[in-house]
Amino acid sequence: MTASDLLSHLYVFVLATLLGFEVIRRVSPLLHTPLMSLTNAISAIAVVGSIVVAGEQKSSLSTILGTAAVCASTINIVGGYLITYRMLRMFKRPERGKP
Amino acid sequence: MTHVVEVAYIVAAVCFVLALKWLSAVPTARRGVLVGVVGMALAVGGTLLRPEIESYRFIAVAFVLGTVIGVPMAMMPMTAVPQRTALSHAFGALAAALVGTAEYFLRKDTIDRVVMGALGIEVLLGFLTFTASLMAFGKLQEVLPQRPITFRGQNVLNLSILGLGVALAVALVVWPNQPTAFLVMAGSALVFGVLLIVPIGGADMPTVISLLNSYAGLSAAAMGFVLDNKLLIIAGALDGSSGFILSVIMCRAMNRSFANVLFGAFGQVQASAASKGRKDHRSASAEEAAGILASSRSVMIVPGYGMAVAQAQHKVKELMDLLLRAGVQVRFAIHPVAGRMPGHMNVLLAEANIPYDRLLDLEEANSELPLTDVALVIGANDVTNPAARHDETSPIYGMPILDVDKARTVMVIKRSLNPGFAGIDNELYYLNQTLMLFGDAKAFVTDLVKALAEEQRQAA
Repeated sequence: MTASDLLSHLYVFVLATLLGFEVIRRVSPLLHTPLMSLTNAISAIAVVGSIVVAGEQKSSLSTILGTAAVCASTINIVGGYLITYRMLRMFKRPERGKP
Repeated sequence: MTHVVEVAYIVAAVCFVLALKWLSAVPTARRGVLVGVVGMALAVGGTLLRPEIESYRFIAVAFVLGTVIGVPMAMMPMTAVPQRTALSHAFGALAAALVGTAEYFLRKDTIDRVVMGALGIEVLLGFLTFTASLMAFGKLQEVLPQRPITFRGQNVLNLSILGLGVALAVALVVWPNQPTAFLVMAGSALVFGVLLIVPIGGADMPTVISLLNSYAGLSAAAMGFVLDNKLLIIAGALDGSSGFILSVIMCRAMNRSFANVLFGAFGQVQASAASKGRKDHRSASAEEAAGILASSRSVMIVPGYGMAVAQAQHKVKELMDLLLRAGVQVRFAIHPVAGRMPGHMNVLLAEANIPYDRLLDLEEANSELPLTDVALVIGANDVTNPAARHDETSPIYGMPILDVDKARTVMVIKRSLNPGFAGIDNELYYLNQTLMLFGDAKAFVTDLVKALAEEQRQAA
């Protein structure tokens, strides 16, 4: 990686972090638990790196570690999105006109 | 083909940002989850098209296995969500650490220094978050002791093990081709993760879970630097900032610093504040309490984790329905650290079919409490202690609390006058307007429901 690659990655990292702060600050405290399970599912994006390591089959060690990583990430993707959706379905709409 | 994959990644990044944006309010939140799923599908689909992939066999096996484990993990009861979350932080961090390890052994002969630096961060954060999250899971699941465990020289030991890991990561940047150093670095991160959680008590779990959430995200972002993949950097940074914000909110809600949470061993019995001698309190029966509740205009229910432990939330919902039928306004005051993770209490009450517009956060509740007839505290303790406002010698001094003492009448359902988790006596119990309702949370609320139903039947 050259210095300019590093800088462009840092650019993306810093801007994404700032964007994250701005977006997440606005999330209602009501939804902080679903927020954590959703970000958990999103950070299972590690699956992208895991798939390549598991699929390129460069060494048996890397294939084994990559496959385990794909499995761990898939657990988080499937489990994370499902439980977030399940939780959000429990938040019932307000009833109108009651005390 | 590479361009197609890159475009898929860009769209996926947009989906993830939209997912978090739509999650900010209940009406759009479900759409947020769906767009997040679309983003992930694009990312995975794009990756499967990449030319480097030689074989899909192991990937397919891992997908199936991950789904088989992931689906039951999504079906856990809501009380178990904190430990489920800890477990998924562990899986996320493990994935990052394993990929980092695989990349190191593939590239150690030719790796350049910048990549090695990122890889060191990825592996350190990944492995320490993995074991720390497993420990947090153990404490939340109560297979490990909840009390903080401390010993002499603990902080020195912990910091030297972390120091060793960091020093080796730095050394590897200079001399990358040292597999032994790499393995010792990974090992010290694993050990440090365990030691980090040993001195942390159950009351601090909301902060710790948020912090681990942040670390898991950052290790994924570091992986993006290693693999030259901006989508990983973006998603990891979003997760990292989310966890960081939540841990700051949790720290503020307890008036503590990160350093204090991580190294302070909160939750040990503090004898100093509890030795003020015996004071008088008043108590009431379920029938008396039901009478007062039914004749009030407004009731603020203050649930704490004790309510969830007693599985009383469904009975509390029945109580709410009866009071509403009697024309009483019912709302809930939710302290940020009321459950075992950020927002946990809201989910527990939502599960019991309590509409979310009745759930007030700390500020909303405190502006309403002085106008409230009855504050009914169920299984909450320290977050209602007025000492936090005025007693500088109290360990919880300065912590933002729910001002239940400002309500006209306060009722506290509690087994006994014993101090709670933090071992601090609560002066709320000895105020003139406070009625102690002694009993198990679920049993007492059940009695309240019976008494109210009886009263309404006689009136009808």
